[in-house]
Amino acid sequence: MIEISHVNKWYGPSFQVLKDCTTSVAKGEVVVVCGPSGSGKSTLIKCVNALEPFQEGQIILDGIKVNDPKTDLPKLRARVGMVFQHFELFPHLRIIENLCLAQEKVLGRSHDEAVAKGDKLLERVGMKAHANKYPAELSGGQQQRVAIARALAMDPIAMLFDEPTSALDPEMISEVLDVMVDLAHEGMTMMVVTHEMGFASKVANRVIFMDKGEIVEDAQKTDFFGSPRSERAQKFLSKILSH
Amino acid sequence: MNYNWNWHIFFEPNPTGAGTYLDLLVSGLWLTIKTALLAWVIALIFGTIVGILRSLPSKAASWVGFCYVEFFRNMPLLVQLFLWFFVLPELLPRAAGLWLKQLPNAPFWTAAIGVGLFMSARVAVQLAAGIASLPRGQKQAATALGLTTAQGYRYVLLPMAFRIIMPPLTSEFLNTVKNTSVAITIGLIELTGQARAMQEFSFQVFEAFTAATVMYLAINIIVVTGMRFLERSLAIPGYITGK
Repeated sequence: MIEISHVNKWYGPSFQVLKDCTTSVAKGEVVVVCGPSGSGKSTLIKCVNALEPFQEGQIILDGIKVNDPKTDLPKLRARVGMVFQHFELFPHLRIIENLCLAQEKVLGRSHDEAVAKGDKLLERVGMKAHANKYPAELSGGQQQRVAIARALAMDPIAMLFDEPTSALDPEMISEVLDVMVDLAHEGMTMMVVTHEMGFASKVANRVIFMDKGEIVEDAQKTDFFGSPRSERAQKFLSKILSH
Repeated sequence: MNYNWNWHIFFEPNPTGAGTYLDLLVSGLWLTIKTALLAWVIALIFGTIVGILRSLPSKAASWVGFCYVEFFRNMPLLVQLFLWFFVLPELLPRAAGLWLKQLPNAPFWTAAIGVGLFMSARVAVQLAAGIASLPRGQKQAATALGLTTAQGYRYVLLPMAFRIIMPPLTSEFLNTVKNTSVAITIGLIELTGQARAMQEFSFQVFEAFTAATVMYLAINIIVVTGMRFLERSLAIPGYITGK
């Protein structure tokens, strides 16, 4: 589904954020990307739907080359859902309007159709009662659940999560993770940048560990948590799992 | 001071033979309002286009925006009006220049366009600042949903940016009204022009300019009230700038 091969990316002439990154996410697979901050994991996931350009290598998404100038990027992006650290709901639109905007403007669905779809997804993430509120009237956890519903409204073939719980209070993290776990169980293809190792050990198929722009470890979940091969991954795990 | 106050002067017939001195001032008031409104529409349209140009990632676009803004904001308004009114017709080919000079209402159109372009540079800078003040993730969220750049601006960035810059925009609207008085120098007999005419006919300089001051004040109170009303009606529930 997602094929990342030999991706190199530089900021400016000398700072290399991604170094020869190669990995893949198969259909229905859940892959968790972790690593210390500044390791390039958010940058990598943003390369997948071309929010960030990269200079070398290639990414193929459902058979379509992302870094081909001939690719219709808006059309491709519409097929991949993305959830951000800071939710990024559109503050001037009601919750239901947030879900309808891209359905109508990008997919060309009628307003009624979009509302019906939006209602269904809000129900699914437990936010139906808030459909007519504005984002600023919701808590962080609620906003993030709406953001997931907004992405799902586009009927995505895969979902990208960029630290979806990092900006949340501890008590709101679980409500968002619950939605993500359900999604994983339903067979959604997911690439998740997160520090939630509980989530990783519960639903991930594979775990990728990044450090300084490199993919240091790319292992099956059991191997990763059992006996990571690299020293850096061992250190990282011991730090975040010790408390 | 040996000044003969006469507040009844407004109701005395003016020497043009058409109505009283008050009628003279009111006709100037209308011309001021018409010029200011047209100038403001021009300022908003060109300011929006140039403000967007300045916020685009493309170097060429922001360079064009930069040149436009620096050209229009670094020259005194008076010089700009002279440029459009006296210099431009001479620079054009003879026939075109002649046609321009013979246009009916030339001072009105020159003033509206001249003041409008002058103000548009200021609107552009504010809009660009408003767009820049939005979280970077807003644009990314719009892009990730498959919206094109134009759609992202239309449905996501501009509605928020305009809300944010509403208070300074109010000031610019007021400045537009006041700046139309400069057009007296190219022969537009608007409110300031009529006040001066009244002074010359009747020698009641204080009454004439008191009345003009009150009228400018009245227009601007209406503008402020209207903009405040607009600001309130567009406020977003729960959002920080809203109430």
